[in-house]
Amino acid sequence: MSLVIDDLTVTIGDRRVVDGVSLHVPDGARVGMIGESGSGKSLTTLAVLGLLPDGARATGSIRLDGRELLGASERELAGLRGRVVGTVFQDPGTTLDPVVTVGRQIAEPLRLHTRIGRRDARARAVAAAAEVGLPEPESVVDLYPHQLSGGQRQRVGIAMALINRPGLVLADEPTTALDVTTQAEVLALFQRLVDERRTSLLFVTHDLAVLSRITDHAAVLSHGRVVESGPVEQLLHRPEHEVTRGLVEATRATTWRAS
Amino acid sequence: MSDRTTDTAPPLLVARGLTRTFTLPRRSPFQPGPVRHALVDADLEVAAGESVALIGESGSGKSTLVRLLLALDRATSGTVAFDGRTVAPDRASRLRWLRRQTGIVLQDPYSSLDPRMRVGDTIAEPLRALGVEGDHDRLVAEMLERVGLDAGDAEAWPHEFSGGQRQRIALARALVHRPRLLIGDEPMSALDVTVRAQVLDLLRELRDERGLALLLVSHDIGLVQHLADRVAVLRDGRIVEQGATDDVLRRPRHDYTRTLVDSVPTLD
Repeated sequence: MSLVIDDLTVTIGDRRVVDGVSLHVPDGARVGMIGESGSGKSLTTLAVLGLLPDGARATGSIRLDGRELLGASERELAGLRGRVVGTVFQDPGTTLDPVVTVGRQIAEPLRLHTRIGRRDARARAVAAAAEVGLPEPESVVDLYPHQLSGGQRQRVGIAMALINRPGLVLADEPTTALDVTTQAEVLALFQRLVDERRTSLLFVTHDLAVLSRITDHAAVLSHGRVVESGPVEQLLHRPEHEVTRGLVEATRATTWRAS
Repeated sequence: MSDRTTDTAPPLLVARGLTRTFTLPRRSPFQPGPVRHALVDADLEVAAGESVALIGESGSGKSTLVRLLLALDRATSGTVAFDGRTVAPDRASRLRWLRRQTGIVLQDPYSSLDPRMRVGDTIAEPLRALGVEGDHDRLVAEMLERVGLDAGDAEAWPHEFSGGQRQRIALARALVHRPRLLIGDEPMSALDVTVRAQVLDLLRELRDERGLALLLVSHDIGLVQHLADRVAVLRDGRIVEQGATDDVLRRPRHDYTRTLVDSVPTLD
């Protein structure tokens, strides 16, 4: 499934928070969007989902397999979210409902978009839990989110995002809240699932090192604009824009160097 | 990594056999509650002017250890000494003395500054609380300039500053009374990477010019590599390995340290 964002501008009040962003995620590709806080990367993601905050106005074009999403009805967008487009957000502690069992939440997108019985939904949830590496999937589905660790909750988030076999996954800082060993496991899981299913992926992060691990191409955002885009290798080793250069230098100065 | 020699410096902070257990609520009225070992038999030294990092993941016991080192909590067993003097929560006059020797920077510069206090008052607070003599306004102004802000910023409110600027303010507040030990609890993790690099430089400069000892609590292996002379690795309440930063991180002896280091995403 392909995603084409063309000249997207989002205005809140008289501020242009996203300013003419264009981005292409070809079918089956893994594309990253990187920038610091306030660069407009999360708002771009929300615009794709039709989830911009009240009072925000969007112009331009967002096409999913050629179908225009900008200006589509809420009903049409709701039919896409969780079915055609899966999403994983940063904090699994706040995105899950604390009073609903993990299994019901994993199956929620299924029950929302398809006619499926309770027993079948549960079986699918168990299978999905197993697929994302949750321990004892048969019983884990009956637990509540607070009974899981942060990494396990993010696995639940991924299971939910993938259960309808979406053509596109949007991931916004999915590993930022996790410990480093858990982050490595979750990134590996992501990579494997996306590869196996040839799902298209738009991965949003502020972390260049994480980006280089999971995506092949990326766009660098700053103050609502794409200042540079290209293969991640090129951004890392031959950055052209000063914002990209600043990111690379600051990352080298603060992150782990193995050699 | 710095090449400052610390071999001959006397230990500033010495912890011996620190253990902290918590009794959890009982599950049956006929049996005592289960005991959780938050920290078990931890030995740690920080020499004057030395930078030591505590690394470990959530729940490893890092915060428990720091609370004990600062005498904010009482050890179940073991001792803490600062500059040769034993410190514990119930020794009020010595605690006051200890507070003057230490400064703290916390993770989130949004919640660590009082939004209803002008920046200058926030920075001056330790001076007043600790009874430091001298012209407080002048000390605050000098400190603000030293961390790269303007003396006039003393009149401003925290919300007028970005995250990086707030962390500079937090640093000014932690250092205004000239402590000998600075404790940083994940001091960079809420900052954007370009800001992080700037604050890291500032922290290194201040440390070196003041001969500050630094105790860095972090799970950020990169930050630790760039800042610490020595590291101690905590897991499940135990220090599983400690030594010179390069030795521990590049040639880990413990499996857990190896997993931790191998998990860090790099640009290489």
